[in-house]
Amino acid sequence: MKTDDLIAMLASGVAPVDTDATRKRFQTALVWGVLGALAVMLSGYGLRYDLAQAAGLPMFWVKLVFPLAMAIPAMLLTLRLSRPGMPLGKAWMALPLPWLVVAAMAIATLAHASPNERFPLVMGKTWLSCAFNIAWVSAPVLVGMLWAVKGMAPTRPALAGACAGLASAAAGAMVYALHCPEMQAPFLAVWYMLGMLIPTAVGAVVGAKLLRW
Amino acid sequence: MERNQTQTDSVHRMQAEEERLRTLLLQGLTGDAKAYQACLHSMGAHLRAFFKRRLASLPSEVEDLVQETLLAVHNQRHTYHSDQPLTAWVHAIARYKLVDLFRARGRRDALNDPLDDDLQVFASSDTDASDTRRDLGRLLEQLPDHQRLPIMHMKLEGLSVIETALATGMSESAVKVGVHRGLKALAALIGVKAV
Repeated sequence: MKTDDLIAMLASGVAPVDTDATRKRFQTALVWGVLGALAVMLSGYGLRYDLAQAAGLPMFWVKLVFPLAMAIPAMLLTLRLSRPGMPLGKAWMALPLPWLVVAAMAIATLAHASPNERFPLVMGKTWLSCAFNIAWVSAPVLVGMLWAVKGMAPTRPALAGACAGLASAAAGAMVYALHCPEMQAPFLAVWYMLGMLIPTAVGAVVGAKLLRW
Repeated sequence: MERNQTQTDSVHRMQAEEERLRTLLLQGLTGDAKAYQACLHSMGAHLRAFFKRRLASLPSEVEDLVQETLLAVHNQRHTYHSDQPLTAWVHAIARYKLVDLFRARGRRDALNDPLDDDLQVFASSDTDASDTRRDLGRLLEQLPDHQRLPIMHMKLEGLSVIETALATGMSESAVKVGVHRGLKALAALIGVKAV
């Protein structure tokens, strides 16, 4: 087939493109992913029994705002990485900020604690399962996000996968925070962050293969 | 001074070309086949010049890569954001396909190519198409009927969606999905052959 014939073929009867399709696709992925994450959390772990009292404590909201503040720039970067030639802008600079704030809070907490309190503040009661639980709760969001990016054209598939993974993980961590009883900044800084890095790494590895086009 | 003047002229020319192609593409995205065809035709000529410069040692690959990139431009046209320079979008797609080709041929050294800046892809154009090594028509024949027939009827014979539906006994939405998925499958078949 000659190139002019190919062009004629591609142009003939070309269907109009819905300019809003990308937003709809990512919205669908996010809504179904978060619903899936809620289902995994409710069926596997359950809401924390003292949710009503906990909601009155500032630390409960820190546990929601910290992942949310990572989810927003990660989502923005994922969208930009999904379009060829789109500059990433400054959104990546916002990525480490939430963690730095929580890490600073953690250091302040540890500095005020007596030496034999410090270790329990970091490890909490659920350190062994926390990171894996966050990764597991995030899984439905990750599947949705990878599906959404797969419909786009990322020229850096591994990086796009990693950003999609981080956005999914942050959404998953918010859902998991509705179950998790831990209320110390040092625990968040270590185990929530580790938990969010697992889907990030999975996204990078899977993305490098799956997101090629 | 004279050299500066020439450079300014060429920057103006590229900006004018960017504007012209962008307008054509945006018209194409609303379903204007004639504008879309003109856009792909000019893009093809730019891509040919762009790839010829970069594939001096592999001249037989140029036309195949032009076709593969045009197919990618078509399949991914929904990823173009109207606020974005078209040059940057086309350049990123062309570069992605070029890197793919180098990777398939095991030439990692060629990936460290620093000379690519964004304005180059529309800088020159070349309408002298050589023969391809791969025949897309042949690859098209390998697609399953529910993708191949809608493409043949609609895209090659110029039938409408309704006429194609009548001719194939498929529903109208199945015809549209068949064309869309078939062209993506065609791009995927190229990827398989390249390795």
